Amino acid sequence: MKMPELDRDVLARRDEIVTALKSIVADGGVIDDAAGLRAYECDGLSAYRQRPMVVVLPENTEEVSQLLRYCHDNGIKVVARGSGTSLSGGSLPLGDSVVLGLGKFNRILDIDYANRCVVTQPGVANLAISHAVAEESFYYAPDPSSQIVCSIGGNIAENSGGVHCLKYGLTTNNVLGVEMVLINGDIVRFGGKHLDAPGYDMLGLITGSEGLLGVITEVTVRILRKPPTARALLLGFDKAEAAGDCVAAIIGAGIVPGGMEMMDRPAIKATEEFVQAGYPLDVEALLIVELDGPEVEVDYLIGRVEEIAKNNGAGYLRISENEDEREKFWAGRKAAFPAVGRLAPDYYCMDGTIPRAKLPQVLARIRELSDQYGLAVANVFHAGDGNLHPLIMYDANNPGELEKTEEFGGEILKYCVEVGGVLTGEHGVGVEKRDLMGSMFTETDLNQQQRVKCAFDPSSLLNPGKVFPTLHRCAELGRVHVHRGEIRFPNIPRF
Amino acid sequence: MADETLQPSSADELADIVAQAADAGAALKVQGRGTKDGWGRPVDAPLAVSTAGLAGISLYEPEELVLSAAAGTPISAIRQSLEQHNQFLPFEPPDLGPLWGAEPDSGTLGGVIAANLSGSRRLQAGAARDHLLGFEAVNGRGELFKSGGRVVKNVTGFDLSKLMAGSFGTLGVMTSITIKVLPNPEKTRTVLIYGLNETTGVEALSRALQSPLEVNGAAYLPAPAAARSTVDYVSGSGKSVTAIRLQGPGPSVETRCDEMRALMGEFGEVEELHFHNSKTLWEEIGNVGGLLGEDDSILWRLSVAPTDGPAVAQDIANGCGGEAYFDWGGGLIWLSLPADGGCHDGDVRGAVAAKGGHATLMRAPENVRREVFVFEPQAAAVAGIQANLKTSFDPKLILNPGRMYPETGGGG
Repeated sequence: MKMPELDRDVLARRDEIVTALKSIVADGGVIDDAAGLRAYECDGLSAYRQRPMVVVLPENTEEVSQLLRYCHDNGIKVVARGSGTSLSGGSLPLGDSVVLGLGKFNRILDIDYANRCVVTQPGVANLAISHAVAEESFYYAPDPSSQIVCSIGGNIAENSGGVHCLKYGLTTNNVLGVEMVLINGDIVRFGGKHLDAPGYDMLGLITGSEGLLGVITEVTVRILRKPPTARALLLGFDKAEAAGDCVAAIIGAGIVPGGMEMMDRPAIKATEEFVQAGYPLDVEALLIVELDGPEVEVDYLIGRVEEIAKNNGAGYLRISENEDEREKFWAGRKAAFPAVGRLAPDYYCMDGTIPRAKLPQVLARIRELSDQYGLAVANVFHAGDGNLHPLIMYDANNPGELEKTEEFGGEILKYCVEVGGVLTGEHGVGVEKRDLMGSMFTETDLNQQQRVKCAFDPSSLLNPGKVFPTLHRCAELGRVHVHRGEIRFPNIPRF
Repeated sequence: MADETLQPSSADELADIVAQAADAGAALKVQGRGTKDGWGRPVDAPLAVSTAGLAGISLYEPEELVLSAAAGTPISAIRQSLEQHNQFLPFEPPDLGPLWGAEPDSGTLGGVIAANLSGSRRLQAGAARDHLLGFEAVNGRGELFKSGGRVVKNVTGFDLSKLMAGSFGTLGVMTSITIKVLPNPEKTRTVLIYGLNETTGVEALSRALQSPLEVNGAAYLPAPAAARSTVDYVSGSGKSVTAIRLQGPGPSVETRCDEMRALMGEFGEVEELHFHNSKTLWEEIGNVGGLLGEDDSILWRLSVAPTDGPAVAQDIANGCGGEAYFDWGGGLIWLSLPADGGCHDGDVRGAVAAKGGHATLMRAPENVRREVFVFEPQAAAVAGIQANLKTSFDPKLILNPGRMYPETGGGG
């Protein structure tokens, strides 16, 4: 993985830079010793590691503004970091970068039930927002699997998803406003407790921009009333195709479950051995379908899904009759990653999205590739929205096996694109999928995206080396080429 | 008005036109069928380019809940196709064209997206921007580019769909659009509460929206607006009407409707509307024109925090008179001011700024729209970024120049 060249001049001035940063933030807010820096050398994608030049932990927006202005004026790269749970290397440091940690932004500022929103600092954990409003039976809907620790600011940077996104939307559909600091230190606000943007939809653009456009210092999110009831069905199929058809039939019938998850045989086996959730072992595919809402609606829809499942050949069918049972259905799915982790020294989690109907075809291709590469795969799948998480098992101690695994993963993702899908559904591009971007986008597409980056950060100091496979200079991208071809539209006035 | 309108029949031809206009530095007015021409600042361009020649649905997979169509496809054709499969556009785009004199239901899909049109369901289902999965467009360099895809869960690269929705053709000319669609709800009921004042009405809406009864429409019509409805239960009362919509599976809606009536009973006299009356009422609320009297009044659309709605409206009414009604639980205010009332954008924007939010001048004579900001002026730093964004797509500033903000500085 080629990262931007180290800036020797910046590295030579390290002591001076550290002193300057210490003058901006309160005591203890700068980490510059080797032991302290080690904690920041990777995020959730631990195959990649790089110790940063220095870490700074500001406490308020004004400090962030001063820090960014200083880095801007001195040409120093900045990598923003929330809780460091990115699965795509989104907060992987650069050797000559300042890592700007938002961990001290840990307060919820305002809970407004009448307007159904919460204003919070970005370092607050996703689940802490739901906990803060639980007493009034509200919650924050997007639920990435790392929600106990992952920060809401990081969720916005990555446009995080989760099981509930099928019904309640991704982060982008649940954020109302942000305060953000630009690389030059300017503090701006997009959105608030009201809806829609007055000009261009900056909030929509910022969400999922992977730390390339600015640093978020405050967030307003929408909260929802907790559904009074949730019940789940556990459905087993002897063919992946039948499970896929069942998913399509449920969605096609106008039913949007609160969650709809699929596991293939290897994933079922691994989890059953690990947590004994009571899953059937003689099926090729297992579906968990959860309905939530008013009790009468849930009971009615459970009946309809049951009928659809039977019509689509579900040989195994159980319906949760109480909360314990519902939670047991989920226990296996929630333990799927660690369960697979027991089967091999290492595993690599992929994240493509495909049109739902292509599921059997894609699963078949993954099996083929699995044989070809000699690496086992277990599949868990947000079936409702076509988001696939193949877990490739490997051993990093075998020379070359990580590279082989990455190549295998790359082949899966390229196939997702080939069947009409995309490279990443919720984990982000980061460094991990950066070099695959060309399989989904043309150079023109990517240049347009990079020009958007230039509109915010013309010197490319914010999180460089992420998302884009080739870094162009903004001046080069801004050049206008004159076409001067055949004049086919003589009515266009010439000046 | 442009002297001539080009109507390319392919995306490549459109790209050629824009490339040549870019070479020449010639401004282009960008439009679909021009039904929302009166929305925004006047565009001074000798030449217009229309997407009306790019029409047709290229992909519609009902069980995948996805539809792709050329940008110039009439929105009525999209609705018809969806209706055949008992599906609909979840963001419920209103038909605003008639506000500026266009025929009803005569706009394009591209126009709906470019204006980020969303109706009463906005508060639960999201806006047009939340349903735009991907697009292809020609930027101001005359280059065809794409962003997004055809699946909902997608975080691959910057989400340019969000930028394109609501950019009024100033960043690119969309050629193809992919949206998420949904099956029609099985059943619809609207609970009406009669005779509440603005403050209590919005309080009732807030209470309804905080309940677990899954409200997807929440509006308040003062008596004069209610009186103009064609739904007898609304117009016949002679009172203000607070309206709460419930949709979903049959048994669920019936139970929720009973519970909502009980919940709202403490606010006032309660009635309920069934499917057809509901449909008519919410169309009237979305389309505005029928509920706000005069055809030549000055129209504003204000977006504020829902609980601030009544105070903002009252503040404006005190100084300017006029009429208003509320959607989005109080957060969306449609405001009609007399054309010669002597009230200016400063009066309206001042009231909104006091609470936070933004105001759009939706209908006003051309000379007024030249002189005042149509879209909310932005803070200097934001205006700077927006101007940079415009240049990043359209370096020669040829696409709908000035439609949203004067090109010199981008507002503020």
